[in-house]
Amino acid sequence: MKTIGVLAFQGGVIEHVKKIEELGAKPQLVKKEEDLKGLDGLILPGGESTTIGKFLIETGLKDHILKLIYEGMPVWGTCAGAILLSKNIKNQGSGVLPLLSIVIERNAYGSQLDSFKKEVFVPKFNIGTECVFIRAPRIVEVAEDVEVLAELETPIAVLQKNILATTFHPELTSQNYWHSFFVENVVK
Amino acid sequence: MSEIVNERYELNKNLAQMLKGGVIMDVTSPKEAEIAEKAGAVAVMALQKVPADLRKEGKVARMADPKIILEIKSAVSIPVMAKVRIGHFVEAQILEALGIDYIDESEVLTPADEEHHIDKWKFKAAFVCGARDLGEALRRIQEGASMIRTKGEAGTGNVVEAVRHLRRINKQISYAASLSDDELYAYAKELGVSYELLKKTADLKRLPVVNFAAGGIATPADAALMMQLGADGVFVGSGIFKSKNPEKRARAIVMATAYYNDPKILAEISYDLGEEMEGIDLRNLSEHEFLSLRGN
Repeated sequence: MKTIGVLAFQGGVIEHVKKIEELGAKPQLVKKEEDLKGLDGLILPGGESTTIGKFLIETGLKDHILKLIYEGMPVWGTCAGAILLSKNIKNQGSGVLPLLSIVIERNAYGSQLDSFKKEVFVPKFNIGTECVFIRAPRIVEVAEDVEVLAELETPIAVLQKNILATTFHPELTSQNYWHSFFVENVVK
Repeated sequence: MSEIVNERYELNKNLAQMLKGGVIMDVTSPKEAEIAEKAGAVAVMALQKVPADLRKEGKVARMADPKIILEIKSAVSIPVMAKVRIGHFVEAQILEALGIDYIDESEVLTPADEEHHIDKWKFKAAFVCGARDLGEALRRIQEGASMIRTKGEAGTGNVVEAVRHLRRINKQISYAASLSDDELYAYAKELGVSYELLKKTADLKRLPVVNFAAGGIATPADAALMMQLGADGVFVGSGIFKSKNPEKRARAIVMATAYYNDPKILAEISYDLGEEMEGIDLRNLSEHEFLSLRGN
């Protein structure tokens, strides 16, 4: 059985845990270095990227996770998680785990009043998936070796080797397409 | 309820879900907001004065000046909440026009209406409301609140009421979950809420929206206590900027909310934080001084 870690300082943790369980994999909450042992993949959930980033730095977990991703551990950042993984945050330097070759803009759509839900067709799945954008970031640039999996004017889901990022929250819907893609295809 | 209203409500519930496990801090200036963000707050509550000062002054407390709210909004990138008086739907209209992320219909301000809360379904903006028990929480949800916080007793630095309210809500949910359907109808009537909403709560064995603890949280241990009792996160009002070292205390409360189950880490976090805000023994308050009794 695959063990999928969920970074558990703050944010949409339990929502991801439930999805992982539904797919028959084993969730593991990650708050300390020892929680990283034996993980087949790691999810960085939505939440506040400044808050989660601060925890990663202060606990020293940042360096351990960076090393694991660098060595090939599959990782998936949703919303705030995508910001943490970005090499470039527009006007704000880089994410705390800057391994994904994209430029991302925080809160790009506006305030909570501009949050929205939309069905977006995903060529790779050949199906439309529900995408929930909550004070979401926007991917404004991607490097050549980054595969764009879904777009809504700009890329909203990208894959670069072992790193998956979505600017929306699949964990807030009743669908399992994205979790299933991560657990089955990104985590090998 | 129309589909569009329903979808907006879901999105507003979703934002609260993303705040889980976090600390929301009261701030009265852009500088305080920056300190809060730096310390790891997941959101700030913009207000003119913190509850401890409102309590001392005893004057009419209203929505903060939009100038302060907008200055705070531009100082941070985390969500900004702001308070309106209970029943004051025009203050809420103003906050919605300002593009605020969450509106707190709060008993900490002087109530504008002693009978009616705001009909929150009329708004696109998200609302959080206070509650002391299950009936109050579900009545607010029925009116369209997409997040609940226990009322506690704001501005006292005394956590006893927050504990009482959270325990009471938990106990009432367990009780509801133990009832048969015909008994649930009677209990719904007693609480003044719809059967459907009570049934949903009983099935979920928790409130159908995120529930944060608030009112009197002053130390990292207080925050961890509320988390262990089942809160989804905490609001800290006067506890931070009325203490001697706000930066350090804010950071400690953020850490304690994440590591609430780890006494060893809590011990480290709590070490040498400097003087905390002065507390008030609630037995010394007369009934009219209890803010939590406002709005029902």
